[in-house]
Amino acid sequence: MKTKEKVGIKSYAGYVPRYRIKPKEIGKVWGKDGETMGKGLRINSKSVPSPDEDVITISTQAARWAMKRAIIKGVDIGAIYVGSESHPYAVKPTATIVGAAIGATPLMTAADYEFACKAGTAGFQTCMGLVSSGMIKNGMAIGADTSQGAPGDALEYSAAAGGAAYIIGTEDMLAEIKHTCSFTTDTPDFWRREGQKYPSHGGRFTGKPAYFKHITECTKNLMEESETVPDDYDYAVFHQPNGKFPVKVAKKLGFSKEQIDPGLLVTRIGNTYSGAVPLGLAATLDQSEPGDRILVTAYGSGAGCDSFDIKVTENIEKIKNDEVPTIQEVISDEEFIPYSIYAKYRKKIEGGY
Amino acid sequence: MTTPRFWREIEQRYRGIGVQCEICDRVYFPPREICPHCRRESFGKMNERELSGKGKVLTYTEVHDPHPDFKLLTPYIMAIIEMEEDVRVTGQLVGVDYKDVETGMEVKATMRRLGEESPEGIIYYGYKFAPVKDKHE
Repeated sequence: MKTKEKVGIKSYAGYVPRYRIKPKEIGKVWGKDGETMGKGLRINSKSVPSPDEDVITISTQAARWAMKRAIIKGVDIGAIYVGSESHPYAVKPTATIVGAAIGATPLMTAADYEFACKAGTAGFQTCMGLVSSGMIKNGMAIGADTSQGAPGDALEYSAAAGGAAYIIGTEDMLAEIKHTCSFTTDTPDFWRREGQKYPSHGGRFTGKPAYFKHITECTKNLMEESETVPDDYDYAVFHQPNGKFPVKVAKKLGFSKEQIDPGLLVTRIGNTYSGAVPLGLAATLDQSEPGDRILVTAYGSGAGCDSFDIKVTENIEKIKNDEVPTIQEVISDEEFIPYSIYAKYRKKIEGGY
Repeated sequence: MTTPRFWREIEQRYRGIGVQCEICDRVYFPPREICPHCRRESFGKMNERELSGKGKVLTYTEVHDPHPDFKLLTPYIMAIIEMEEDVRVTGQLVGVDYKDVETGMEVKATMRRLGEESPEGIIYYGYKFAPVKDKHE
């Protein structure tokens, strides 16, 4: 998919809650070797939201920083799409609250998206269409989550919280989105039924026929359509449910460790679901220079992928200032908590709230 | 708090929208219809003013007997913040331990979940204050 007009990222920012828990601490409670579990998943710690943080507060912080970085006012945002699988309301948009909090309401369109971990990048594509057609000047796409894993489940070692916001437009881009494509099938590898508190998953089924097949096919298709090879890219960002999968898929596709390292945040903050690729891309943009090319592929269970071919412009230098923290600076603010506090914060203690 | 009452105050709670008197330039938060200093002269001359969100801790205390909405955060810190605009706002301090708080500490408003009507009811969002830790705020 290629837009008729040039379209790209005008600004971005990310936010990750400051609390952290280590796999060893989780394993201790469930009689498992959490340390080995963490090593297997290549996750050293995962972020935990405070009880007063959720997708709305995370999205709002990221959105405010994104606006501050490019000095864009709320009234200049024509659309807000928030992608998440942990929207605080089942019915009542996250996007309207974020819109009101950043002063973008009422002359704007808004909606919440859900496509497991790729709902944020689905918002990218929607905004690309709206701005390139001239319907709006700037669109905001946010990917954020505060996902939960059932107590004792393998997901509990990785399910984390965080998100990033992007302002998409056709002028003053710090990075041009030259091409995008998607790959979508009906693959039930991970799901959460209506009314259920925790998601279910197909164990190893989430790997080969789901994550690996979709990322490989979508990324190959993007490179074919944009006539590129892995060496044409300075960086690559792949969805990161753990620290193992993105490294493996990158290698399979012909990308080096150096290309994916800047955007590989999962080892420090865990799987931030819809926030994972947007945060990984933000961390990569933080250290990009004009002319750098970035390949991005987000994966959402259910299942589908969105790939992007991004080229950084000279404007990246202009927005590099001290006004907004880099992703590395954001995730450096960390406080480790024991499982007892984690259980309280994540409302896993019955009758405790 | 009823839903309409919360809804009426969204601008204040989400964005710190106060008012400024056109005559004496004093800022008020929450908004007032007239300026207590300029009285009737200020009628119709109170303009919307968004607070910067930046301020300093004027005084603070630690709460051990919580409001039910803050039970999971107990003990928590409440503070009166002297805002840049010379108005005082009461709010909770987050992201900092009580032992590390001091009078005069620079803080910045951040949007957080304040509570909820009920498990089925609406969620209240609004400002709390976090310490300014580095160059960014």
